[in-house]
Amino acid sequence: MGEEVKKKRPAPDPNSAKYKLGQIAAKAYSDCMEAKARGEMVGWCASNFPVEIPETLGLSVCYPENQAAAIAARGGGERMCSESEGDGYSNDLCAYARVSLAYMKLKDAPEQNMPMPDFVLCCNNICNCMIKWYENIARELDIPMIMIDIPFNPDYEVSDAETEYIRAQFWGAIHQLEKITGKKWSDERYKEVMEISGRSSRAWLAATSCAKYLPSPFNGFDLLNHMAVMVTARGKKEAAEAMETLLKEYEDNHEKGDSTYHGEEKYRIMFEGIACWPWLRVTSTGLKSRGINMVTTIYADAFGFIYDDFDGMCRAYARVPNAMNLELSRDKRIKLCKDNHVEGLLVHTNRSCKLWSGFMAEMSRQIGRACDIPVVSFDGDQADPRNFSEAQYDTRVQGLMEIMEANKGGRSDGNR
Amino acid sequence: MFTLGVDIGSTTAKAVILKDGKDIVSSSIVVATVGTDGVSRAMENALRESGVRREEIRFTVATGYGRKTFAGADLQLSELTCHAVGVHREFGDVRTVIDIGGQDAKVLSLNEEGRMANFVMNDKCAAGTGRFLDVMANILHLDISQLEVEAARAVHPANISSTCTVFAESEVISQLASGVRIPDLVAGICQSVAARVASLVKRVGVREQVCMSGGVARNAGVRNAMEKELGVRIVYSEHAQLMGALGAALYAYDKVQNDNL
Repeated sequence: MGEEVKKKRPAPDPNSAKYKLGQIAAKAYSDCMEAKARGEMVGWCASNFPVEIPETLGLSVCYPENQAAAIAARGGGERMCSESEGDGYSNDLCAYARVSLAYMKLKDAPEQNMPMPDFVLCCNNICNCMIKWYENIARELDIPMIMIDIPFNPDYEVSDAETEYIRAQFWGAIHQLEKITGKKWSDERYKEVMEISGRSSRAWLAATSCAKYLPSPFNGFDLLNHMAVMVTARGKKEAAEAMETLLKEYEDNHEKGDSTYHGEEKYRIMFEGIACWPWLRVTSTGLKSRGINMVTTIYADAFGFIYDDFDGMCRAYARVPNAMNLELSRDKRIKLCKDNHVEGLLVHTNRSCKLWSGFMAEMSRQIGRACDIPVVSFDGDQADPRNFSEAQYDTRVQGLMEIMEANKGGRSDGNR
Repeated sequence: MFTLGVDIGSTTAKAVILKDGKDIVSSSIVVATVGTDGVSRAMENALRESGVRREEIRFTVATGYGRKTFAGADLQLSELTCHAVGVHREFGDVRTVIDIGGQDAKVLSLNEEGRMANFVMNDKCAAGTGRFLDVMANILHLDISQLEVEAARAVHPANISSTCTVFAESEVISQLASGVRIPDLVAGICQSVAARVASLVKRVGVREQVCMSGGVARNAGVRNAMEKELGVRIVYSEHAQLMGALGAALYAYDKVQNDNL
C-alpha cells in the first residue's frame, strides 16, 4: 500500500498582510502573558472600551470577547458554555459571557489562554449584559471594575451633553487607572496613540471598502479574521502598518483582477450580525459553494474609529453599532449595500445578542425594501454551537441564491 | 416528454411524474424519514403507476431536506422555489404561500410572474409544524387525520399558550387531566399552530391570494384557524402535499425547454 503523500502548504509570506495580522493577533495574548509574568498588572477589556486609554497608560489588556470567539472557533464553545450553565448561569445569557465566566473559574482553555486580570474595563456601548458579566468577574476575583456608561442614542448625532457625560467618565477612568496601576497619563503619548489608532482605522475602513470593486478583491470572511487586530491592537504601530499592507494588497488584487475569493463571484451579499464562530467553516462553505461572496458586514467596520481630539474620541465611541438607533443603523447598512453592489442580505439571528437580533427583523425589512434585495435570516449563535442547524442554514442560503438568480433574470442551476 | 420531481422531506418522500410539463401522470407519497429508502420507494411507486420506464425520464429535479443525498437527480433545488413553482401552476393569482411541512414552516412571497421574491422560515424549533401536530395527536391517541374532525366538534377551544412543542405537550396533558374535552384541545392545538405561522406570514406581508401547501394544508382545523388569524380566505389544492415534488417536475420541464437539454 502506497503511503499517502500530503501536500505541504507553502510557507506564509512574512511580508503579507495575512501573516503580519496573524502575528499581531497572537502577540496581543503573548504580550499580556509576558507582562503578567513580569509582575505587571493586566486587565480584561470590553471590545468597544476606548483602547486608547490603556494604550496611552502603557497597560497590557486582553479581550474576553475576542478570547471567547477564538475558543468557540476552535471548538471549545459548548464545553465552556456547559461549565457556566452548571454553575447556574442561564443558557439564555450571551455565550461570550458564559465562555468568559467559565474561563475565569477554570483559568485554562487550550484553545486560547490569557492571563487572569487585576482589573476589568467595561463599556456598555456594545451591550448591557456586559455590565453584569464584568461585575461578576470583578466580584469573584475581588478586583476593581472600571465602568463607562454610554447611553443608547435615540438621535442621529451625538449631542454635546452626551459628549460631556462621556468625557467626564473617560477622565474618571483614567484617574482610577492611574491610582490602581501607578501609571501616569501623558497628553503627548495620547496624541501619538490617537494618531496610530486613526491610521489603523483609516487603512482598515479603506480596505473593507474595496468591496466596491467588481469582483471584490477579497473574500468577506477574511474580514472576520482580520478584524481581531482592530479589536485588540488598533492603537499599536504594527497594526497600522499591517492594515496599510492589507489595503495595498486589496488595491493590487483589484488592479491585477485577483481576489482572495477563489472561484467565480456570482452573487454578492451583506452578512448581518456577529459571525457564527463555531460554524464558521460551514457558514462560509455554504456561501462559497454557490458562488456567493459575503462582501460586507457592519461588524467589521464597527472597529474603525476616526477622530481628531479627546471629544472626538467620546463621540466616536458613542456611535458604535449597538449604541445607535434603528434609523441610523439602517442608513449605515443601506450605504454599505449600495456602495458594495449587494444583491442579498443574510441575517444571523444571534441567540447570544438579544439587542442586535431584537430590532433586526424590522431593520432588515427596511433595508430590503430600500435596496430592493431579498432578506433571509438563519438561527445561530456567536459562540454556542447548539443554536445552529446546518440543514436549515443550507436551505435558507439556497433559497436566497435562487431569488438572486431569478432577480438576474436567470434560472438556477441549483446546488450540485 | 416525462420529467420527475422528488421531494425528500423530513417525514415523507414524494414523487411526481409529469408529461410535457402539464399532466400529472402519477404521484406517490411514502411516509419515511430522510436517509431511508423512502425516496426510491416513492419513485418506484410513481414509475410503476404510470408505466413510464426510468430511462424515459428526461430530467429529474430533487428538492427537500434530503435533496443532496439523492444521487439520481440532474439538479437540486430548494423546496422554497419548488413550492413557488408548484403553487403558481395551480393558482396563478397566488402571491403568498404558506407551506407547513413536517419539520418547518415557510412563507413565500411571489411576484406577478409567480417567482419567489422573498421568504421567511420558522426558527430552529419545530413549533408550528407538522411535527408539533404529530406529537399532540400522539398524546391524545388520535390519528393525525382525525384532528380535522375533532377540531370541528369544539365548543370552547382550549388556550394552548406555549409555542414550544415540549412545553405545549405538558400543557395539553395538564388540561386533559383537568377535564378539558378532546375536541376543544384539538381546536386549541390547531389555533396554536395557526397563530405561530401567522406571525411569520405577517413578517412577509399578507398579499392575497393566499395559498396553503405542504402536508398540513390538508388539515381543515389548521386551515380554518389560519383564515381566522389572517382574516383572509385561503386556497389549497388537492395536491397540497405534493406541491414541492410537482414544482420540481415543472422546473425540470422548464429547464429542458429553456436550456435545450
